[in-house]
Amino acid sequence: MLMRARRDLTMAEAARGTGGARLDHLLVADMVEPGSRVLDVGCGDGELLKLLEARGVDGRGIELSREGVNECVAKGLAVIQGNADTDLADYPDDAFDYVILSQTLQATQHPRVVLEHLLRIARHAIVSFPNFGHWKIRLLLMFLGQMPTTANLPDTWYDTPNIHFCTIKDFRALCNVVGAKMEKAVALDPWGRPLRFNAPWWFWNLLGEQAVFLLSRRV
Amino acid sequence: MAETKLRDQRDLRLRESEQPHSPVMHFGVDEPLRLDAGVSLAPFQIAYQTYGTLNAERSNAVLICHALTGDQHVANVHPVTGKPGWWESMVGPGKPIDTERYYVICPNVVGACMGTTGPASLNPETSEVYGLDFPVITIRDMVRAQAMLLDRLGIETLFSVAGGSMGGMQVLQWAVSYPKRVFSALPLAAATRHSAQNIAFHEVGRQAVMADPEWRNGRYFADGTRPHRGLAVARMGAHITYLSDAALHRKFGRKFQDRENPTFSFDADFEVESYLRHQGSTFVERFDANSYLYLTRAMDYFDLAADYDGVLANAFRGTPTRYCVVSFTSDWLFPTSDSRAIVHALNAGGARVSFAEIVTDKGHDAFLLEEPELFAIVRGFLDGAGRARGLNGAKG
Repeated sequence: MLMRARRDLTMAEAARGTGGARLDHLLVADMVEPGSRVLDVGCGDGELLKLLEARGVDGRGIELSREGVNECVAKGLAVIQGNADTDLADYPDDAFDYVILSQTLQATQHPRVVLEHLLRIARHAIVSFPNFGHWKIRLLLMFLGQMPTTANLPDTWYDTPNIHFCTIKDFRALCNVVGAKMEKAVALDPWGRPLRFNAPWWFWNLLGEQAVFLLSRRV
Repeated sequence: MAETKLRDQRDLRLRESEQPHSPVMHFGVDEPLRLDAGVSLAPFQIAYQTYGTLNAERSNAVLICHALTGDQHVANVHPVTGKPGWWESMVGPGKPIDTERYYVICPNVVGACMGTTGPASLNPETSEVYGLDFPVITIRDMVRAQAMLLDRLGIETLFSVAGGSMGGMQVLQWAVSYPKRVFSALPLAAATRHSAQNIAFHEVGRQAVMADPEWRNGRYFADGTRPHRGLAVARMGAHITYLSDAALHRKFGRKFQDRENPTFSFDADFEVESYLRHQGSTFVERFDANSYLYLTRAMDYFDLAADYDGVLANAFRGTPTRYCVVSFTSDWLFPTSDSRAIVHALNAGGARVSFAEIVTDKGHDAFLLEEPELFAIVRGFLDGAGRARGLNGAKG
């Protein structure tokens, strides 16, 4: 069964939508109003930014890895080398309409501070993260008695950039702490497809392999 | 024989400052260059070089700003040294700054000595070489003169302005002084102000020139002397700051020059000594000592935020220009922190900015050297800007 769990995760990783764009990217892009100003924090190779710019969005990016930055700049994207923990503080209030933090929150030193900055520099924040409450991860921990490694999260505990894992339930609690309004939340199944929309939170927390939240400042 | 060759080369350089091997634009007494020092320079001339063809829309012009000891000979054989242009790896047909797509212009800066008016030029009032009678100039003065040149050439907007080091300072000044004329900007290994450490290095260089008895208070042309020793020492010191400890070690280590053992003298026993002496002696053949004083001074005075109450972000507020800022890991003269300060200010000003730091051990001079990653970034940035500008031939 554990083998099967691993295989399913691999299939989810391989899931691609039309036009070659990643499903999670398409999902995030659909949350962004066309023509708005967007900052993608941890933009990687810039594929999401490219998708957004194709939709008429004025996009900027921050990326930690030098290779990622150089690749983005060579693609003509406006990306700077930086770090979510240290560089968000330099942006003025309301500099953007949306700020995106994709699969990065769990790798920051201070997730709460980062989330607060996101909601300061943009009206909306779109945050996606792997759900550590997913049933397969729970099973791996329960039966193997060691930190789970999966296809999506392949690193060992001593060699991972992910230092602040959380579950969907944990993240909702943090949103309440920082005063973020949850406008939209989507959990994804192992194939990257959104789960049934009206499911209760505990269901999402168990079956969602990753989650995408659209947040806004509570006025 | 060697003495004759030396004299010939000096004459060549002197002639170059009045009648250079490149086009020259003359500005009469009715078109003075108003300087930050509060005086005007008139008449004056700008020597410049161009490559490629200006398109019908006049939208593909790229201005290259040269560094302290550079000149307008970006991508052609240098008329004095006979060496290739200083940025041939970056500028030319099929190169990142592609002369088959862009019309490239590089002017010699005001205060320099390769054909644009500077301290080695003749002062029309006295019919003698200016020397220290030449007014002190700033980076902004250089840019103002370049803008006059472009007006004369009928070029209203620049597709891009690119340059490293002092050239990068001019790029930033261009974007701040004439935001609407600059579509994209590439400041490489640059800063928005010269640091105390850099001013200190420059001062050592200037003092070396001035301590040479042949400098004669800047009147060496009239006296028939040349402060070559002082200028060579200045160049040797400066050259070290353009490299890095790692690069010097990689290139020379502690290797001896053409000998097995130390000579127990002050001869150039080490390869690195011999190399620096060579750098110094070749430099003085192509550069004017007073120009060196003036240009280093211009860099020292550069502080972009000073006109904006010390708030750099205000200099860039609402800027329409796209920026690509590049720094190099081993550059300790214009370190990455300087480039980050530019980026932070640009972000705070809402600018569209890219920033990359390139890993290299080549130090500050890396922007002039073979750096494939730099080439890919410049090419990609210009391609993206070309698409946004609707330039024909911009690759999709």
